[in-house]
Formats: sequence, C-alpha cells, structure tokens
Amino acid sequence: MKKYALFLGCTVPVRAQHYELSARNVAKELGIELVDMPSASCCGFPMKAVDAETSLLIAARNVALASQMKLDVVTLCNSCTAMLSDAQVQLSNKEFHSKFKQAGFSYPREVKVRHFVRMLYEDIGIENIKKHVKKPLNPLRIMPHYGCHYMRPSQLYGFDNTEVPHTLDELVRVTGANSLEYADKKMCCGGSVLGIDEDLAITMSNHKLTVAKEQKADAMVSICPFCTVMYEDNQRKAEAKFDKQYGIPVLYYPQLLGLSFGLDGNAVGLRFNRIKPDALLGKIAG
Amino acid sequence: MIDLKNSDPEFKWEIIKKEGGEGLLKCFGCSDCAASCPVRYFDERYNPRKIIRLTLLGMKDIVLSSPFLWFCAHCHACTERCPQGIKVAELINAIKNYAVEQGYCPEGYKIQLDLLQKMGRLYEVEDFDLKKRQRLGLPPIDKTIPDVAKILEHTNILKVLKK
Repeated sequence: MKKYALFLGCTVPVRAQHYELSARNVAKELGIELVDMPSASCCGFPMKAVDAETSLLIAARNVALASQMKLDVVTLCNSCTAMLSDAQVQLSNKEFHSKFKQAGFSYPREVKVRHFVRMLYEDIGIENIKKHVKKPLNPLRIMPHYGCHYMRPSQLYGFDNTEVPHTLDELVRVTGANSLEYADKKMCCGGSVLGIDEDLAITMSNHKLTVAKEQKADAMVSICPFCTVMYEDNQRKAEAKFDKQYGIPVLYYPQLLGLSFGLDGNAVGLRFNRIKPDALLGKIAG
Repeated sequence: MIDLKNSDPEFKWEIIKKEGGEGLLKCFGCSDCAASCPVRYFDERYNPRKIIRLTLLGMKDIVLSSPFLWFCAHCHACTERCPQGIKVAELINAIKNYAVEQGYCPEGYKIQLDLLQKMGRLYEVEDFDLKKRQRLGLPPIDKTIPDVAKILEHTNILKVLKK
C-alpha cells in the first residue's frame, strides 16, 4: 500500500472540505493511505512577498514534520506545493539547513513533496486508475485548469510540459470525459492579485470563464483551492462586471474522478459546490 | 519622465544581495518576461521589464513606491521564458522583500502576518468548522500552531514591519 503524509494548508480544511473529502475517498479506492500531519501550519507562501526567508522557514518546518514521520508529502493546493517543494530543495543546501537548525528545528531525512494529482499520475498511473473507472463520464465536456504552481517553475519541478501541459488532460480523459483543448491553457487564475487589486483579479479569472462558455464546457476542473475561489466563488462578480451569464460548475479533480469510480455525490462532497453541477449529473445519470 | 539625477547607484547591489535577486545584472531588456506575463496581458500598468530596467538604473523611489510592483502574481510564466535564465518572478519577489524592509508593505500582507502570528494559519478554525469536519468524517485539525509565531520572532520580520 502506498502511504503519504497529507499536507492540508490553510484553505482546504476550512473552506474546501469537499476537495479534501473527495481526495481522501478517491485515495481509499486506489489503495493509497493518507496520514495526517499533526501541527502542520500554513505553508508559508503568503509571507513570501514580505520576506522569502521567513516563508521558507515556515515551509521547511512542515516538510520536517513529514520527514519525522518518514513519509513523502502530498499537497492539495498548488501554492503549498510550490512553497514546500522550494523548502525541500533548500533543506539540502548547507547554509539554509543550518539556519533551519538555528531556528530550533531538525530535518532528519530527505522526503519528497508533490501535488496529490501529480502523485496520482506518477505513482498510480493512468492504466491503474483506468481499472477503477466503473462509470465512464463519456458525454461530459471538461475544461482542465492546471494553475501556475502545479508545474511552474520547471526548474523546481521538472514535471509535465510548462508550455503544453498534458497530465491533467490525461487524468480527465481516463474518467471517460472529454478534456477540452483550448488557447491560454496556462493562464493564471488571478488569485495572487486578489488582495492587491480585485478588479484586475476578476478580469483575469473572467478570461477562462469566457472560454469555458464558448466551448460549452459542462464544468471546469481545478486542482487548487485558490483557483476555485477565482472561478467558482467569484464567478458571480465576473458575471456582474462583464454583464455575462456563465453558470459554469467548478469541480475539484478528485470529485470528477470519484464520480467515475461510481462514488455517490455525498462521498465527493458535491453539495458543497457553490455552482450546482445538476445539469452535469443529469447527463451522466442512468 | 525618468531623471537619472535621482539615481541611487547602490540600489541594484542591494537587490542582488537579496534572496532571489542574484540574476538582476544578466537582464538585457528583451521583454520576453513582459510578453509572457498574464497580468500585463490584462493591465499594462504592470510590466516586469520596466521594473527591472528601473532597478538597474537605480530609480529606487519610483520602483519601491509603485503600487504596480505588487501586481506580480508570482506565476513564473516569465521565469520559464527568460533567455538569460533569470528567475524573474524570484527577482521581482526580491524587490518586494526589499520594499518591505524600506517601509513599503501593502496592508493586506500586514493583516496576514498578524493572523499567522496569532494562529499559524490564515483562516481561523472555529468550533463550527470542527463540527462540520466531524460530520463529514474528516479528522480534527489544530486551531493554533504556535511554532509559526516562533519563526516570525526568530527572523525579526515583525520588528522590520513596525519600523
């Protein structure tokens, strides 16, 4: 059985429990054991713009918790993945490691940090996942949104293709759904500038919502709670600002995968999605 | 209008010393960063190339006081495309870190720092959240993580902000 430390971060455990719930239930189906990390904190990313060293120390402390548990880490948020991965690399740098020790912490052994979805792609693999698909979601048109820190910076991750990403498309297709090809797939959701200039952030998120509507997507698929805040929670604001009607559901990838495994709506927390995916469920019923 | 009489020749060396600032001198101004930038695509007031040029020219006050410095979404689209191999997003972040030291920190970050000091996380975990988690069969989580405040004290960042 594959076993990982699950890093939740700030947003997922209180604002996106449906993401957490669906990830845990999908993991169970795939025979993956997710072990909780007591006393895990914020990943540190929000402090990076203020002081890079502070944010790295906060991140490194979280990586060190997993190190003490002797487990590799999986994360559900793209920004947490970036921050913890950066700290993981820095911990093998002597100078940073000694700073970390001076702060009163220890990192006994090296552990890996990856996004949960990357772990599914690399450690479980498309062929194995396929064996669990009991209810192919054939008629659905799904628009995958990767988000920035799932694969960028490539120097840090060395994963997927940053110009033409494909791993999430493959993971969508394995559910039986169509994964839509579209321009500007790499476009940022705008979440990072929400606190600085809301108008600009909404303009950025509006871009993909327009594409989703044009492409008649049944839903967008997100793998980051920040991106979901921009596309789902703030969808009404984009509609008001640009005088549009979108009504595009935004599912977390494990929710979509869970539905294809035959899990029911409760097991993937569908009632917590703000834009109700009723039309989508109608298409795959029966 | 940029008047080089106001140039501070030390500014670029200060940035180079910061974590992420190393690559500054390699910039030859090709504008690949600006062309790849999703923020600039929607709002031309933000331009990473311009920020880097102004920094190289020593225009410290203009760079640090500009609200547009904070528009960088740290998405790394620029980093991927820079022909000089500069980690552009990290470089912009180094300039932000320096701006904070010099007393230019957006209010939003101060609020976040305050939350991290109190709780070690950005969102308060209320009893309501814990009950909801329990109902869903999700394990409990810590309301506060005091180690984070210890780190903030250790790096002195709170004092830097109060300056």
